[in-house]
Amino acid sequence: MPHNQRDKKISENIEEYLETIYRLSKNGEQVKTTRISKTLKIAPGSVTQMLKRLDKMGFVEYSQYKGVKLTDSGFKTAKSITRKHRLLERFLHDILKLKNNLLHDQACEMEHSLSDEAERALCQVLEHPDKCPDDYLIPACDLPFASCEECMARRDEEIDQVGKRSENLVPIMELKDKQQGKVSFIRGDYKIIRRLLDMGITIGAKIRVIKVAPLSGPVEVAIRDSKLVIGRDIACNVFVELTGEENHS
Amino acid sequence: MMELGKNKTKKILSSLKSNEILKTNDYNPKTKKHQHRRRKRFRYGFNSFRKKQDQDESYITIALAGNANVGKSVIFNELTGSNQIIGNWPGKTVEIAEGKLYFEGQNIKIIDLPGIYSFYTYSMEESVTREYIAFEKPDLVINVIDASVLERNLFFTIQLLEMKVPMLICINQMDIAQQKGIVIDTNKLEAALKVPVVPTVAIRGEGLHELMDKAVDILDDAYNYQINPIEYGAEVERRIKSLTRYIESKESEIEYPSRWVAIKLLENDPEIRKMVESESREVIGRAYQLAGEIEKIHEEPSFAVIASERYAMANRISQGAQFQKKLKTSFAEKLDRMVTHRVYGYIISALVIGGLLLWTFVVGDFLSGILSDAFSFFQPIDPQVSGSIVSILWNGAFGGLVAGVTLIIPFVIPFYFMLSLIENSGILTRVAFMMDSAMHRIGLHGKALIPLILGYGCNVPAIESTRILENRRERLLAAFAITFAPCSARTIVIMGLVALYVNIWWALALYAIDILVMLIAGRIAYKVIPGETSGLIMEMHSFKIPSLAVAFKQTWKRTKSLIYLVFPVYIIASALIQALYAFGFLTPIANFLAPITVFWLGLPVFAGVVLIFGAVRKEYTILMLVALFGTNLAAVLTPVQFIILALVSMLFIPCLSTITIMLRDFGWKATGTIAIANIITAMLVGGIVFRIINPFF
Repeated sequence: MPHNQRDKKISENIEEYLETIYRLSKNGEQVKTTRISKTLKIAPGSVTQMLKRLDKMGFVEYSQYKGVKLTDSGFKTAKSITRKHRLLERFLHDILKLKNNLLHDQACEMEHSLSDEAERALCQVLEHPDKCPDDYLIPACDLPFASCEECMARRDEEIDQVGKRSENLVPIMELKDKQQGKVSFIRGDYKIIRRLLDMGITIGAKIRVIKVAPLSGPVEVAIRDSKLVIGRDIACNVFVELTGEENHS
Repeated sequence: MMELGKNKTKKILSSLKSNEILKTNDYNPKTKKHQHRRRKRFRYGFNSFRKKQDQDESYITIALAGNANVGKSVIFNELTGSNQIIGNWPGKTVEIAEGKLYFEGQNIKIIDLPGIYSFYTYSMEESVTREYIAFEKPDLVINVIDASVLERNLFFTIQLLEMKVPMLICINQMDIAQQKGIVIDTNKLEAALKVPVVPTVAIRGEGLHELMDKAVDILDDAYNYQINPIEYGAEVERRIKSLTRYIESKESEIEYPSRWVAIKLLENDPEIRKMVESESREVIGRAYQLAGEIEKIHEEPSFAVIASERYAMANRISQGAQFQKKLKTSFAEKLDRMVTHRVYGYIISALVIGGLLLWTFVVGDFLSGILSDAFSFFQPIDPQVSGSIVSILWNGAFGGLVAGVTLIIPFVIPFYFMLSLIENSGILTRVAFMMDSAMHRIGLHGKALIPLILGYGCNVPAIESTRILENRRERLLAAFAITFAPCSARTIVIMGLVALYVNIWWALALYAIDILVMLIAGRIAYKVIPGETSGLIMEMHSFKIPSLAVAFKQTWKRTKSLIYLVFPVYIIASALIQALYAFGFLTPIANFLAPITVFWLGLPVFAGVVLIFGAVRKEYTILMLVALFGTNLAAVLTPVQFIILALVSMLFIPCLSTITIMLRDFGWKATGTIAIANIITAMLVGGIVFRIINPFF
């Protein structure tokens, strides 16, 4: 095998691991090695070996008994590759009309070679979808825009020009009780943004999750000294930069 | 003009200082002064009146505007004594309510505008409010503000200031703010907004006299009273001013103030843009260019920039005028945690819904008993003996009335009363929060729970209340599900036929089947009707102690509208069917239906007639059977037939009054489709259940 071909294989392998950990870990919790081994259908021994390597590379924190947890940089890489994967699934499903059982494997092949520019164009063509065909949430992009409208308006500027966000964006739907953040990006069209703006959810506003209703219910948030209930389909499109936790009520 | 306005404002401000007004700092409900105020309520309100009658008299018009659920309707009720519905539900008042008040020698017309958050034409309520203010030009707008969420409310106040209407701010629910440990300095608020501010606790009538005093003062001495909008950040403000001047130079005939039009154009408001476009394309071009500049500077859509700046202003003003005391966790907050707890929350939700229904049945049954005794002289007569005309009038028309009075009124009144209490307390919002994900399965969100619960009392007001939902599709879905909801009339059929002649367990089983059918039919409709479900965004208001007076008014209003709508249809249709019966038209119809009733559902031939009667009112099914065979029904029907008859009559068509209201709200096409869907469902379910349970008996 030529040298660069092998490197590529390795990096694809890393991405696949990170993507799996991202999907299996809820709210950045630890993931057990056995679950990864089952999902990837790889022997536990090999998985452990790989996780130790990822730890050395700074993508994950691995401890023998607790399992594995993504670091900030690991999270970023995992989120980006997951985004590409789910966008591609959407594309294969909506535009190429591929059968559902073929989507996942095809997207897995393509995700590693999709450039950031192509990813952005794909997102624009698909009109910034929020969910993949299996109903998983598509993570937000790393571009420093406040809304999709802005991305569209500045479509002529290349990614090198606009730069990238350094912080990780999290949708308020995935926040835990009492976590708080700064609203940084709203996905969707004018109508939804307007509605959110009217209710005080503006870019830069501080928002704190009071409670997430059980059984995938809506999210109750505190914003501008008042409380709002936001349905899940909207809450998965409002992204924040985390600013820590606050314990007083 | 501007100078004059400023002077007037100053004058008002100085007069304010000399006047003793209710200040937050010294607000204490226990002092004698406030007890006195509590007694001093408005006892001279008029009921709602028709516009035409009062053309010759001169009125001052005062409009109440503000966010949803800030107590506008309570103030309206206190001032006018009118029976306006208020509720702890965002966007409840869709229609504009009018009332009259005579105060210090003035005839005053009070208008209760819908509760809204902004003047963008996102919803009907917003257009209605902005058009009312711009075109009807009320003499004064009282902006009602919730003291406990000042910042959010000021966002709207700032927009109202931009409309340049004479304005007075009523800062309401001071008691709730106090509970939350928020202290508001009304003087600072006045200074920042340059508008007089009056604090009130409307639910107890406190501060309302001061509010009206101030309103009359403003109108008396400052008819040209002018408002100065608050300025935006330099980059935006410069462009607003530039566009305003440009618009003014064009001398357009738009009713809105130029500055407001300029801001709306920069916000890219489609309606205003269309309006201006027809007059001057150049203005649009200029606005587009300026909006582009704003977007360049802030790297955000200009409407977002403007909204953010407005919120920044609201934040600055509210932070400057309020102070948050540190408080221990209040009782309301503990209650809140409990009600939205992942375990207790569902238990409480179930208790609330179950308790509401149980209360309705227990009290309803009691009242129904009393009323039935009172009307016990009514017995259907045999048409062969007394002649057809008498039977039409007696059995039909009067019978319809008696059935309505004894069966609907007693169940509906306790239901509405309790519902109003839990609605106004804010607990229903929490229940909606908890039940949202369950409601999503039938394509609705938590907010739609309330029409469905209402449907348990009576389908008619339930369908009326679907207006709180965002779009037509959601309203239709909810209405469809409601037509299967086991309302009090259906309950009577289940109880009267099955519980009495079979046993209580089968009655409960039918209840369960009905709910199951409702969910399945709702789910299918959700998949079939095209369109998307709009997301849920609602304000979670603080818990309040509901006012009994408000609950009584609300109950009366709802019951009254039900009586007006339903009773005429009820009486006429009942007479009509009686006429068909008396002239012998029903037997051919029954025979015609026989293949379905006898073969498919296993019912006797006369069941066809009974079901037709049931289409008028569900409980007619029983009434008709009794009229035909007397009280010993066990002689003519087998247990299986009792069950199937009750089941089919429950599902097979929405009753006539439900159809009437659906026609009004959705048109004949949707109503027809729903009715047909009901018939098909009833036939399918009835036939299948018959074949399943028949071997067991």
